[in-house]
Amino acid sequence: MTSTATLTEKPEVKSETQMNPLKLLITNALKTVGIPLAGILIFLLMWSSAAQQIDTSLGKFPGPAQVWEQFGTLYQEHKAEREKADAFYVRQEERNAKRLEQDPTYDPKIRSYTGKETFLDQIVTSLVTVMSGFLVAAIIAIPLGIAVGLSKTLNTAINPIIQIFKPVSPLAWLPLVTMVVSALYVSPDPIVAKSFINSMITVTLCCLWPMVINTSVGVASIDKDLINVSKVLRLPALKHIQKIVIPASIPMIFTGMRLSLGIAWMVLIAAEMLAQNPGLGKFVWDEFQNGSSDSLSRIMTAVVVIGFIGFLLDRGMLQIQRIVSWDKESAAR
Amino acid sequence: MSSLKRLKWASIGVALAATLLAPFTHAEKLGFPEKEELKFGFIKLTDMAPIAIAYEKGYFEDEGLYVTIEAQANWKVLLDGVIDGRLDGAHMLAGQPIAATMGFGTKAHIITPFSMDLNGNGITVSNEVWKQMKPNIPKMKDGRPVHPIKADALKPVVEKYKAEGKPFNMGMVFPVSTHNYELRYWLAAGGIHPGYYAPHKGDISGKIDADAFLSVTPPPQMPATLEAGTIHGYCVGEPWNQQAVFKGIGVPVVTDYEIWKDNPEKVFGITAEFAEKYPNTTIRLTRALIRAAKWLDENNNANRPAAVKILSQPNYVGADYDVIANSMTGTFEYEKGDKREVPDFNVFFRYNATYPYYSDAIWYLTQMRRWGQIAEAQSDEWYKSLAAKVYRPDIYTKAAKSLIADKLISAKEFPDFATEDGFRDPQTHFIDGITYDGTKPNEYINKFSIGLKASDKL
Repeated sequence: MTSTATLTEKPEVKSETQMNPLKLLITNALKTVGIPLAGILIFLLMWSSAAQQIDTSLGKFPGPAQVWEQFGTLYQEHKAEREKADAFYVRQEERNAKRLEQDPTYDPKIRSYTGKETFLDQIVTSLVTVMSGFLVAAIIAIPLGIAVGLSKTLNTAINPIIQIFKPVSPLAWLPLVTMVVSALYVSPDPIVAKSFINSMITVTLCCLWPMVINTSVGVASIDKDLINVSKVLRLPALKHIQKIVIPASIPMIFTGMRLSLGIAWMVLIAAEMLAQNPGLGKFVWDEFQNGSSDSLSRIMTAVVVIGFIGFLLDRGMLQIQRIVSWDKESAAR
Repeated sequence: MSSLKRLKWASIGVALAATLLAPFTHAEKLGFPEKEELKFGFIKLTDMAPIAIAYEKGYFEDEGLYVTIEAQANWKVLLDGVIDGRLDGAHMLAGQPIAATMGFGTKAHIITPFSMDLNGNGITVSNEVWKQMKPNIPKMKDGRPVHPIKADALKPVVEKYKAEGKPFNMGMVFPVSTHNYELRYWLAAGGIHPGYYAPHKGDISGKIDADAFLSVTPPPQMPATLEAGTIHGYCVGEPWNQQAVFKGIGVPVVTDYEIWKDNPEKVFGITAEFAEKYPNTTIRLTRALIRAAKWLDENNNANRPAAVKILSQPNYVGADYDVIANSMTGTFEYEKGDKREVPDFNVFFRYNATYPYYSDAIWYLTQMRRWGQIAEAQSDEWYKSLAAKVYRPDIYTKAAKSLIADKLISAKEFPDFATEDGFRDPQTHFIDGITYDGTKPNEYINKFSIGLKASDKL
């Protein structure tokens, strides 16, 4: 086979199956790794040369090198803050012990660290917020979507409402959400912060509509044969949903979920910026307000991280979709 | 009686007398704080320093307080945070507790037991305006402009804009901010009308009869807004004037120290409800803040470089060290390269800066009346009772006395509490030479040529 490959004068016309497996591997590797890598490299080059040209009042626009440097700095800051936190807890233990001596009725408790949130903390906050908002939306939207998909009447009743609220940016809801939460969520010792609830509800609002719509469409377009089978077997309503409806509409449900998670991540960052709620958005806004000579490169670092996390979230949903879905085709979309 | 026994009796007698005479010193031991976990808000300005220092130096923790400090987007968000309880206290504009208690804007009873600093603001104009202003300013021998620069130099520029039909816009940080009144004071002293408010007619934009149009911009966004050309100048706290010099987008022309020497600037605001519900916590947080203020001014500003380092952290002010250091360490850079000594640009503790004087509150009230934010004539008594409702030297005194008792600060560093009546002596250091006597607000209001008189109504 090697001889055929060397003998032929036009290897490019050969079909891939006939090629040397090693060569095939290399070409494939080049295609899947090499080309994107080259793309990234070219992008980095263009970025760094363009950055040199842009002079802002806070200094030059940050290039890849500055951003890389900031990754290091931010990590160092995180470590330094953790050390401060440890010292804080030690001091607190001592103070509690001392007070207990003077005042035996005192009920000592350990308060969590009061220092600043580092970049890594902000990433975790944003991720937790987006996931919880997303889950709440899923819990509401999927049953609602199934109900709407099953019942024509319900669909006609609810459809106009969904259509009107769907195009509304969740950011428009934000002031209302903030006011309502601070009016209703009153507790002297709240379990979770108000700001977290605000961000979470905003995420929920923006996840809700794509999920409802996709679920209902998925349910409404189930193959007639499947429904007939269910009718012949005289499955009770719940069994019908459990055995026929949900499995059949899983691909569409997941398409909706993936869509909404993508939007949710984008909206969350904007909401955090606007409402100054903890998270990556607040990090970006704080740095913008600081206006120090490092601010732009720190913001750029956050931009890269936001993008990367968004990418990972999307891939994650895709993997889950592949695992639970019978229709492998739909996952590729 | 043996001499030893006599001594014992005598000492008991002294202790008893101390208990009876000085209820707040040795006898009444300050109790533990009722609320230990607190959240304080601030705006990214160097004068938030006492809060940052009280945290970083462990003064809050010494009081058994676990404080979280959080930057706020703007003054409105900050005030709402304190009112709705999201924040336990905050770095506030001196006018905010007064206006809130009075009901101009959001109504809520806010008090202040601690005045945070004196001075610290500046007025900056864009390069374009500076170029036109400069020929009108007298020069010193070395060619540098004579300071303080009066708004007289700006007047022809504003008139030119007016003749061309273009609005002359300037930025300040909040309708009841120190900056608004200082900018108005400076403009009016130079014959430029900054406009009236008429809240009883629903006009709270403050542009009636104005030559220069003032609008609100959050402090950290001032330089960017100036750069965009939306405003031609602004009045703001540091580091945002020095930022303009560093970025090369504007020139600070005057500091508020030159408009009114040692003017009260920020206060620490809490709700009256908080102070009532958590009296020990209130005294304790005041103690921590007083100690921080003292640290900031100690040994002739020796700690300022260390303070600047803390403030330049991204979670506090976050601007570059050099920018903050420019004003915090006793100098101020006007036009690029024209750096002058202003040792009292930021005062945190000297001159009894932390004591909440009634007369300071009344000055703000007179300016609110002058520009129509207080729509109708009020009696001198009204001014005094409102000031007493907001400014709480009683809480400050308790905190200070307990600090003296704990030997943390000596008594001579505080006003003499036995005689202090809360009114500063008539103050004379204003840019227009008018004397201010806090005990006679109506008489003071009538002294200005631009502005409403005590009995005027729009």
